[in-house]
Amino acid sequence: MLNIPLWNRVLIWGLVALGLAFAMPNLFYPRVERHNDAAAAIEAGTATEEEVADDLSGWPGFLPSSLVNLGLDLRGGAHLLAEVQVEDVYATRMDGLWPQVRDALRDERDTVGTIRRQDSPPDELHVRISQPDGMTAALAAVRALSQPVSSVTAVGAMTLDIRAEGDTIIVTLSEAERAATDDRTMRQSIEIVRRRVDEVGTREPTIQRQGDRRILIQVPGIGSAEELKRLIGTTAQLTFHPVTGRGSGSDVEAGAREIVLPDVEDEGLLYRLEQSPVLSGEDLTDAQPAFDQNGQPVVTFRLNTAGARTFCDYSQNNVGAPFAIVLDEQVLSAPTIREAICGGSGQISGNFTVEGSTELAVLLRAGALPAEMTFLEERTIGPELGADSIAAGEVAAMVAGVAVLIFMIGSYGLFGVFANIALIINVGLIFGLLSAIGATLTLPGIAGIVLTIGMAVDANVLIFERIREELKTAKGPARAIELGYEKARSAIYDANITTFITAVILYVMGSGPVRGFAITLGLGIITSVFTAIYITRLLILLWFERRRPKKIEV
Amino acid sequence: MRLKLVPSETNWDFFRLSSVALVASGVAVMASIVLFFVIGLNFGIDFRGGTTIRTEAHSEVDVAAYREALQGLDLGDISITEVFDPTFAADEHVTLVNVQAQDGQESVSAETIAAIEAVLQEVDPTITFPSVESVGPTVSGELVQTAIIAVTLAIAAVLIYIWLRFEWQFSLGAVAALIHDVTLTIGIFCLLQIRFDLAIIAALLTIVGYSLNDTVIVFDRVRENLRKFKKRPLKEVLNLSINDTLSRTVMTSFTTLIALIALFVLGGDVIRGFVFAMIWGIVVGTYSSVFVASAILLRLGVKRDWSKTDGGGASGTQFANIDA
Repeated sequence: MLNIPLWNRVLIWGLVALGLAFAMPNLFYPRVERHNDAAAAIEAGTATEEEVADDLSGWPGFLPSSLVNLGLDLRGGAHLLAEVQVEDVYATRMDGLWPQVRDALRDERDTVGTIRRQDSPPDELHVRISQPDGMTAALAAVRALSQPVSSVTAVGAMTLDIRAEGDTIIVTLSEAERAATDDRTMRQSIEIVRRRVDEVGTREPTIQRQGDRRILIQVPGIGSAEELKRLIGTTAQLTFHPVTGRGSGSDVEAGAREIVLPDVEDEGLLYRLEQSPVLSGEDLTDAQPAFDQNGQPVVTFRLNTAGARTFCDYSQNNVGAPFAIVLDEQVLSAPTIREAICGGSGQISGNFTVEGSTELAVLLRAGALPAEMTFLEERTIGPELGADSIAAGEVAAMVAGVAVLIFMIGSYGLFGVFANIALIINVGLIFGLLSAIGATLTLPGIAGIVLTIGMAVDANVLIFERIREELKTAKGPARAIELGYEKARSAIYDANITTFITAVILYVMGSGPVRGFAITLGLGIITSVFTAIYITRLLILLWFERRRPKKIEV
Repeated sequence: MRLKLVPSETNWDFFRLSSVALVASGVAVMASIVLFFVIGLNFGIDFRGGTTIRTEAHSEVDVAAYREALQGLDLGDISITEVFDPTFAADEHVTLVNVQAQDGQESVSAETIAAIEAVLQEVDPTITFPSVESVGPTVSGELVQTAIIAVTLAIAAVLIYIWLRFEWQFSLGAVAALIHDVTLTIGIFCLLQIRFDLAIIAALLTIVGYSLNDTVIVFDRVRENLRKFKKRPLKEVLNLSINDTLSRTVMTSFTTLIALIALFVLGGDVIRGFVFAMIWGIVVGTYSSVFVASAILLRLGVKRDWSKTDGGGASGTQFANIDA
């Protein structure tokens, strides 16, 4: 009657073993962390196996090595919530559009007369024509500049809204184009932030888009939010320099008003460049991956008016000479100028793969933040405070655990021992799951675990109380145990599903630390139901099969 | 010999004083609402915007000196609270300095924070700043909104779940108990002026979950007993069910309280408010599952004929046949 099929038993113990195996690395936190860092360094190519052999050997590679991430409140670090001023880009777009509008209208000069740009809100372009009679032709000419929006959600929409007010043409970005632009701006901003943060090489930074125009940035281990803001705020230094020489090691020495910079990929390769750049990233308006006439991947870029003029002059005088594209003190590539480039756009060719050209285009576009960011939320948590919190949480969890264990034995005797074994496995499983899914443990998360320790026995209490009741009606111990489990089940499910619902809502609605709490609470509910129903049952069964008691006391 | 919190056989009449309890609960809820509007919650920066700086010094804290030093910076409303905690070392003196959100700024500027740190350093050279948190008014406004939505959503979801699993009368009883618990928790936070921040919302939702846990277990037994004793008056069945589950209710509340009290005493001051809310919620939640949820169920009455296989009766057994 009490039987559990063998495959079920194997499955249960298997799951427990797996969960505990995933939890185990957390017992050796610093050692595993060093091992993981070393492995990551080798992967990234910044360290060789010999250099980090000590750290690497601290933890055997065949064991699970994922750890519970510690949240900012436990590890210390900085948290920023930034809002990207996506409207900034509209103004840039309008400024960029003006020369095109001007050229288009110039072709219609006979009908529209002279044209002049008027003062306007930054996200609009106002152009006055001296012959209002030609407005229809003028509008048609400007409309020709409008293109289909390149976005899957806005099929058929055009990029520009163009209307006339008296003798003035008013051009704005269409609703669909604004949405598409916002999305691009956000992605670019996130990309840039990620690059900047990655440069400092801290562990596990979080960079997430939140809502339409916000970015959440959490960087553990950084000194303060202020430092993080400085880091993100630095504009990428994209510059174009004339190359005066290249080589490796000490043969490359900077002369007067020259600098020596390394190649981005080949560390041994050094370039000698003129110190003052021909162009800087501010002159760049766009960069896209493309293919040249031979089908080779290249990156095309567009320059603003001032940049175009400078580049035209420079390239005319330096055909055949190499120039270097430098990003953040590293030479991305040093192509040779083949011909004068006067159209305000050009292409960078090199030995690119398709991925390489795409990446470079992103990097070039990512040079400077496309729009300003304002910071809505800043938090700095010192590492000592986090360490104190962990220590306090550990002590509290220990005391809570021991008290509950003693109380359970006092109340239920041997059955209490079974429940306790399940409880210990339960805590192990929570950590195993947290590690396996890469969840983040926060201070409220620790509270969630302690709460789970208190509440996890609930299911067992329900079952044991039920067995006690069934024993009163004297159907024999085996039947009583079986009925106890059976009848308690509906209450256990109902009670835990309702709590689980609140945990899910917390997770969805909450942020940061609260979310950490929701995770441990939710996982705790799952593991505690599993351990209470399956593990204690299996333990009781094992004991019962061996002893075959005529009478049991719960 | 077993440790017993309640005798193994109880036959207490929980409804003898049920009217008194309901009135008392009603008064407590009203009082909480009055407290909320008269005194109000001591909102943390999560909900009000502003900056909280945690200071730590080796020498005794002179709050007056801190205040005087900060007054010169003209930052508007400043509050300084000294924090005491058994987990602190003997020469660890901690305060929380709260600065209101500054006009026209989202988060407090770096210069302001640097200025605050500088003047405090002058008062006490040993001072350090383990954490600085700053929330702008835009975000804090949204957080208030999200928090209210989250709590409402949780209550609504639970209402629906219990309605599906039981009957609407059960659902109303459970939700009345939840609102009772949440209101009383907000009331105690108003009364004691404990800082109310984002984590407390998490605690409120946990209380919702926990209180429900208790209520559902009583209700589950009520449903079972209603099927078993078809002829007994509802009041007796309810009483019997509460008595049946009493030992479990008390046991679980007790173990949870043990764990939480350990956390309250030893877990450090950062989460003390959070843990306090949960302790309070468990006490109130245990009370309300008996004296509010069941009392309301008694007054609403329930459909007695559970043996009919269609409708609510059938939905009530949908999990009962799952084999473990």
